[in-house]
Amino acid sequence: MEVTPNASLDENQAWGGGIKPLNASYGKMMMWFFIVSDALTFTGFLVSYGFSRFKNINSWPIADEVFTHFPFLHGIDAPMYYVALMTFVLIFSSVTMVLAVDAGHHMNKAKVTFYMLLTIIGGLIFVGSQAWEWKNFIKGEYGALETRGGQILQFLNIETGKRAAIQEFSIGIDSERSTHQSYNGIWYKNETKRPNVSVDEVKKGFLANQSLVIRTEQITQSGQKTILSRDDSLVKIEEAIDVVEGANLIHNEYGNRLFADFFFFITGFHGFHVFSGVVINVIIFFNVILGTYERRGHYEMVEKVGLYWHFVDLVWVFVFTFFYLV
Amino acid sequence: MAAEGHKLAIFRGLLKFKSNQQKIWGVLIFLSIVTTIEVALGILKPEILMASFLRMKLLNWIFIILTIVKAYYIAWDFMHIRDERIGLKNSIVLPLIILIPYLAFILILEADYIFDVMDMGFVSWNF
Repeated sequence: MEVTPNASLDENQAWGGGIKPLNASYGKMMMWFFIVSDALTFTGFLVSYGFSRFKNINSWPIADEVFTHFPFLHGIDAPMYYVALMTFVLIFSSVTMVLAVDAGHHMNKAKVTFYMLLTIIGGLIFVGSQAWEWKNFIKGEYGALETRGGQILQFLNIETGKRAAIQEFSIGIDSERSTHQSYNGIWYKNETKRPNVSVDEVKKGFLANQSLVIRTEQITQSGQKTILSRDDSLVKIEEAIDVVEGANLIHNEYGNRLFADFFFFITGFHGFHVFSGVVINVIIFFNVILGTYERRGHYEMVEKVGLYWHFVDLVWVFVFTFFYLV
Repeated sequence: MAAEGHKLAIFRGLLKFKSNQQKIWGVLIFLSIVTTIEVALGILKPEILMASFLRMKLLNWIFIILTIVKAYYIAWDFMHIRDERIGLKNSIVLPLIILIPYLAFILILEADYIFDVMDMGFVSWNF
């Protein structure tokens, strides 16, 4: 008598694609392995951020003093509220995504459509918020001077205890200062936008105002930035060679240059993930509307993009902690 | 995967939900509470948590632990790792929990060493 093996153990079928190893389909498993490798990429970024931070542990910028903006609250010091809001938006869009996946299991097309739409809106709000955050970061608020060694000198009004903006206290000097272009000087050096004030104007304003002191990058025992006395400040300001307003990849007014570089790279890479997640979600959204998955008999594609979307949320949880909280 | 294939208990069976949708909302509430605690601690910065533990502030340790807790619930309940077979679960989670702490450990140890060299060396980095 011929032995008839169990259908699920049939040799021919096992290699013919009929069996799902580990009870997960090919596409879902590959999405998982992509996520694992992408998680290691983000690990590389965040760990190198940690490396630079521990290397400069006594002079790293304090995040609470950098990210203080909230929409419509001008001049009010609101550290972290905005990123907390962004975090909630992303967690909520993660929830609508998982609800869409759940509706997909019940083959409920209308609900999948609705929740996918909410997810896309949440993603767009998040990307927009990040763009606003970048705008504030690049624009800067107070401005600072930079020494030859690349240290940032910020200014503080000792009477109010508040930071002083260089543009407000500097005194104008009638002098010629034109934007340096590569054709009228050293050919490999040019500037795209010159600062609003010069080093000499800041120095003049600083000497004239007795209540101004310098704040250096160094962090004291109590976790605050070092504030120099007026006499020390007068010595220190002579070391300044450059005016820094806002942030770019080369200089930033917040402190260590690497801080801005990592900010741009890590939040930029994450923002790019959110953006591509929104694009993929839109494609799947239209497929849902067109009834592709209804005809296919299952909504597994929604589940796969859902995995990617949750991963983006997961990464943000870590970026939020290491960039804004710690 | 059918709806009845979901495991509906979280907190080691302490909290059991009636349906998958209820579980999703329950996890959302939990994640929101954790995030609110993080933000509140970040704004208040209680003096008692400023003490140093293993060369890092106690507060920062709390943030990192809460982050890992959040990551666990996002992966387990939103990404449905809870419902996967043990083999798939391990092949996803084990490489990460082995490689990430390893990488973090060697690089941060190295950074600490470089800090000491720069701090105690004879070259001035602040000129």
